[in-house]
Amino acid sequence: MNTEASITLFTSIALIFFIGFMASRQQKTNQSFILDYYLGGRSLGGFVLAMTMTATYGSASSFIGGPGVAYNEGLGWVLLSVTQVATGYFTLMILGKKFALITKQYRAVTMVDFLKTRYQSKPVVILSALSIIVFLFSAMAAQWIGGARLIESLTGLSYHTALLIFVVTVLIYVTFGGFRAVTFTDAIQGSIMFIGTFILLIAIIIAGGGISSIMTDLQTENPNLISPFGADGSLTPTYVSSYWVLVGVGVVALPQIAVRAMSYQNARSYHRALIIGTVVVGVIMLNMHLIGVFARPILPGIEVGDKVMPLVALEVLPAWLSGIVLAAPLAAIMSTVDSLLLLVSSSIVKDVYINYINPAVSQRHVRRLSIIITGVLGIIVYLLAVQPPDLIIWLNLFAIGGLEAVFIWPIVLGLYWKNANKDGALASMIAGMASYMIFETFSPNPFGMHSVVTSMALALIAFICFSLVGNKYRQQRASFTN
Amino acid sequence: MNVNKDRIKIAHKEALIGIGLVLFHFIWWFSFAYGLGSTDVDNYSYILGFPAWFFYSCIMGIIVMSIFVSLIVKLFFTEISLENEEFEDR
Repeated sequence: MNTEASITLFTSIALIFFIGFMASRQQKTNQSFILDYYLGGRSLGGFVLAMTMTATYGSASSFIGGPGVAYNEGLGWVLLSVTQVATGYFTLMILGKKFALITKQYRAVTMVDFLKTRYQSKPVVILSALSIIVFLFSAMAAQWIGGARLIESLTGLSYHTALLIFVVTVLIYVTFGGFRAVTFTDAIQGSIMFIGTFILLIAIIIAGGGISSIMTDLQTENPNLISPFGADGSLTPTYVSSYWVLVGVGVVALPQIAVRAMSYQNARSYHRALIIGTVVVGVIMLNMHLIGVFARPILPGIEVGDKVMPLVALEVLPAWLSGIVLAAPLAAIMSTVDSLLLLVSSSIVKDVYINYINPAVSQRHVRRLSIIITGVLGIIVYLLAVQPPDLIIWLNLFAIGGLEAVFIWPIVLGLYWKNANKDGALASMIAGMASYMIFETFSPNPFGMHSVVTSMALALIAFICFSLVGNKYRQQRASFTN
Repeated sequence: MNVNKDRIKIAHKEALIGIGLVLFHFIWWFSFAYGLGSTDVDNYSYILGFPAWFFYSCIMGIIVMSIFVSLIVKLFFTEISLENEEFEDR
């Protein structure tokens, strides 16, 4: 057990949450509880918006394995990872002001609210809420396991103790803080990650004797490590390029991202967020994955990818500093979990309960129900993470790509195509989900690209065909009845 | 749909700019990475210690995009009100 690193780690985490909580309390609000708890009363400024976006991309990032895979694959994986930089500007630009205007007009608080008002269709709402609950729930469980493993490998505590610490912190925080507290914490965590990855990268370059000598070491071990093609030459240009869709532009369709794109205060904060977001995502992605590659000559032979970051930090930094630097990835996992938890809870309370079970519910009751549901969800995830069942791990594999294939066209075309209708939306969601699951299970990576690309193409065709056919059918019926 | 037409027009223009930016970014990233990186590793040239393909594609790519996004947002993006006059969130 590394006492010094543990103390600074836990102190940093505690400080982050304390500051986030206090900062979020500063702002008084007279808006409805739902709007405030799930959307922070649409009051985010530019810096906080950029940082909370960045911290939330962390979920997509951990999906592709991050520094651990870069350690094994070399610079080719850094090339693949920097495709995420596009999210810094593209996500906000494509949803953009139109999404902000329309969701305000619809008075939407969740992404499903938007779909509900846009398509006026019960099946669309139920299917959306269901995909969110199932997939994000499993994504969340996987994140909790990852967080607990990180605490375990840095402090030497047992997995169960680490998990318990992790869960209690997250639960207290998210239950009482809500969206605004989560985004404020994200802002601090994003800043630590920004500075922390810089410190760690510089320390590693010094420990490795400079960039040139690290490159020579890598080339001596395996020349492919410094080529764009991965350690065994298997990263083809087509495959790597398809990640532009999976972790770049497709991210638009993730509910946890979309909800942030409706939470900002005004056009000025939106503009600032575009600029800050691009720089911050760029620097963090580049640094984090370079750290993975550069760690290889310094600490060869690490077998578990998740341990690369903590081990190399302990190696090249003083113990107290590595605790602080590692607070960043841990905090990122926590904030991902926080926002997912909030999203699943909002899906249950808002999209299902208020929409279909009890529309006339009172404010006080909603408040109590939201907090209870959030808490109960957290406890269920904890129980799952203690003994993770295979189903969860299997579902998590589908989570990111699956959600993207389901939601991308209903959101984007719903915003920008006037002929979009509920038939198209429903067909597209079903086609996207089904084809993605079939590809991933039976023949991954059709045409040499990640499955998500082909699924999105099929979902697009389904959307357009069914929208047009549906419109035609309604026109004909209208002319008959006239 | 009763949101002001001018504001919608601005929003559409800015979404198109986003698509343009991502296409430019992709071409930059792809041409440097595979244009310079496909030769034999022994023949790589280096800039600041990094292989040239990596330096241009990844490091310069991020710097160039950051500058581009800043300029475009400052020059072409319009500050419009996002309030909806008819429904206030209360």
